Amino acid sequence: MGDILRNYDILGAFWVTIQLSVLSAVGALVIGTVIAVLRVSPVGILRTIGSLYVNLIRNTPLTLLMAFSILGMTFILGLQLDEQATRNAYWWAVIMLAVYHAAFVCEALRSGVNTIPAGQAEAARSIGLTFAQSMREVLLPQAFRGSIAPLGSVLIALIKNTTVAAVILGTAESAGLLAEITENEGASLPTFFIFALGFVILTLPIGIATTNLSRRLSVKR
Amino acid sequence: MKTNRIGLVAAAAVLALTASACGSDDGGSGGGDTGGGNGGGDSIKIGIKFDQPGLGLKQGNDYTGMDVDMAKYVAGELGYEEDAIEWVQAPSAQRENLISTGQVQLIFATYSITDERKEKVSFAGPYFVAGQDLLVRADDSSITGPDTLDGKKLCSVTGSTSAQKVKDQVPGVNLQEFGTYSECVAALVSNGVDALTTDDTILAGYASQPQYEGKLKVVGQTFSEERYGVGLKKDDTELCQQVTDAINKMIEDGSWQKAVDDNLGKAGYTPGAGNPPTPDACS
Amino acid sequence: MSAETVLFDAPGPKARLRHRILTGVGALLVLLALWVVYRKMDSANQLQGFMWEPFVTDKAVWTAYLLPGLWETAKAAAASVVLAGAFGIIFGMGRLSPFRSVRWVSSVVVEFFRSVPVLLMMVFFFFGYFATASWLPNQYAPFAAVVLALTLYNGSVIAELVRSGVHSLPKGQSEAGMSIGLTDFQTLRIVQLPQALRAMLPALVGQLVVVLKDTALGTVVLYPELLTSAKTLGSAYANTVPAYLVAAFLFIVINYLLTRLASYVEGFMQRKKRSAGTPMAAASAAGPA
Repeated sequence: MGDILRNYDILGAFWVTIQLSVLSAVGALVIGTVIAVLRVSPVGILRTIGSLYVNLIRNTPLTLLMAFSILGMTFILGLQLDEQATRNAYWWAVIMLAVYHAAFVCEALRSGVNTIPAGQAEAARSIGLTFAQSMREVLLPQAFRGSIAPLGSVLIALIKNTTVAAVILGTAESAGLLAEITENEGASLPTFFIFALGFVILTLPIGIATTNLSRRLSVKR
Repeated sequence: MKTNRIGLVAAAAVLALTASACGSDDGGSGGGDTGGGNGGGDSIKIGIKFDQPGLGLKQGNDYTGMDVDMAKYVAGELGYEEDAIEWVQAPSAQRENLISTGQVQLIFATYSITDERKEKVSFAGPYFVAGQDLLVRADDSSITGPDTLDGKKLCSVTGSTSAQKVKDQVPGVNLQEFGTYSECVAALVSNGVDALTTDDTILAGYASQPQYEGKLKVVGQTFSEERYGVGLKKDDTELCQQVTDAINKMIEDGSWQKAVDDNLGKAGYTPGAGNPPTPDACS
Repeated sequence: MSAETVLFDAPGPKARLRHRILTGVGALLVLLALWVVYRKMDSANQLQGFMWEPFVTDKAVWTAYLLPGLWETAKAAAASVVLAGAFGIIFGMGRLSPFRSVRWVSSVVVEFFRSVPVLLMMVFFFFGYFATASWLPNQYAPFAAVVLALTLYNGSVIAELVRSGVHSLPKGQSEAGMSIGLTDFQTLRIVQLPQALRAMLPALVGQLVVVLKDTALGTVVLYPELLTSAKTLGSAYANTVPAYLVAAFLFIVINYLLTRLASYVEGFMQRKKRSAGTPMAAASAAGPA
């Protein structure tokens, strides 16, 4: 056990997990919000693009998106984010995690929008706010507060899904590292529990925090 | 902790039930008598790769490749007709277990002979000596060996020892890791990477695929030695001797050369030094 | 609130013109993007005939690779969903048990398997156990690892669904059960659980999409599902990129249909809703795993 901790950079792998989680969570929130606005916008084609995005991305396995990011995006479309191949894979992992979870952020926000009474939107319109203004000033703030619990679930899923980045990051990522350790050193339940515990530590507080937060911030009606 | 284990065991037990319920047609081949070459109605199970062009490839219900041809010859010498061979997929992680649990009698799957593996299985052979090498685009003359890879984009599969070797030798190499070689080859033909590294047999297998003919070439500067052996049950000296005899005969009567040329020769690949090999003595 | 109607006024002549211009620009951008992708794929040698023709001309592409892959995907997904359902009901009931120790144990198991990544479990179960297990024929090792990992994770999600489903029932249901002399367990089993399960049905179908997509993780342990067979197909026909695109297309179509089925079931249940339980919010949030 001590050998394994000394010979393999488990903490490093978890640091990668945390970096990927934070960066792609921010990205997913931004993209997801934009897509959610697109889906309710007055312009037909924007709505179509929004729902196309959600339906395509949500139904594709993340594993495939990851493989595509290097094979398709970098090598075929020539979108190279860094000269260094490992850094390039890292940034693509961030982008793909953000893009994938944005579809679920969008759905969470829509469920948040659905908790807002129609009177709010009508009130916004009746005082002459445009679509963009009523989105920004009235609806989105309430939608965010109403969708904290589902957004928390998306965040937890995102943290766990960073393991899928092992497909392009290899042993720099925790699932890749666990595969290597298990292959080299044989099966060991303690090793597995160290990795599992890492994720429990990362995700459990978020679940508890978002549950509390959603209770505290829920809009009183 | 304890409860989780119980949960695991219970789930595993349920799984065992479903798994065996699914296992339909290949039930109970009985305690396989691996030693005797008595053919007849008996069949032999041989483990090969299913996804390596030129070595072991499943195409529909056909199996092709150098490992397949050599396995057929050896099985023939042991007294098994071609249709008495049952091909079993032998992924790298499972090869030792396939043999030690008796699920296959022989393994021909780019299986390098190492001391570590010898603790769990026995080897006959080597029947081929491969070496780690580089695959590049046919019109690329700038790469002639590992030391010319500085600043180039190299592709390999996750955890590959070959890529690690190059990286140690040439720190300036730009390494991209994928899950499978075929992704690397796709990246290579679309100019995404400059080279792919692994055993030269695997590389030659891709270069010989009709679709890639004339587009890819193996550099031919091997920087390691991989002695492919036939994996078989540990300490089955009798079977080992029979397989070794078969390998010797195959090399003598030209079948060995034919198997190599047919499967790997199309892209101008010739086996490196040490081929054809002299099989080790069985002990 | 139905967003499309109340969020903006009916467009006037100016706005309509603006929308039309935006529509044109949007469509143009989409077409431009498609054209760039086409050109890039062409220059990267990915549009050669031999790469795409086999999908139409060669029956073996489907009969030897893609259809068996789909079958394996369906098999793993079906086995996982059934087992996860059993796991979920058992541990969901465990979390509702009147015995503190049972509740506690069930909670730990459920919370643990909900927070561990499926891929991590798959990798460990395969390399750490099934790949070297002597009681299990090797060709089933990847299947076992995939199904066990998916069962534990999705079973935990379903356990939560069961728990919140039972909690969302009116208190009168359990009181009625008690008052006719049923024990706690009998009330749960005969009165509450059937109602909760009914309310869960759409969420369960939604979970099927998650499971189906997650079988693709099995490619890491070489389970021959759709993605793995697309890889093998790519090796055999030297067309990895087209094979992946086709696999993605198949995944999207199947999952889209399943999602539609889930919302259909949801609508159906709502129309003839007699149970007091509502399909819980947790269900839609369980999505992205």
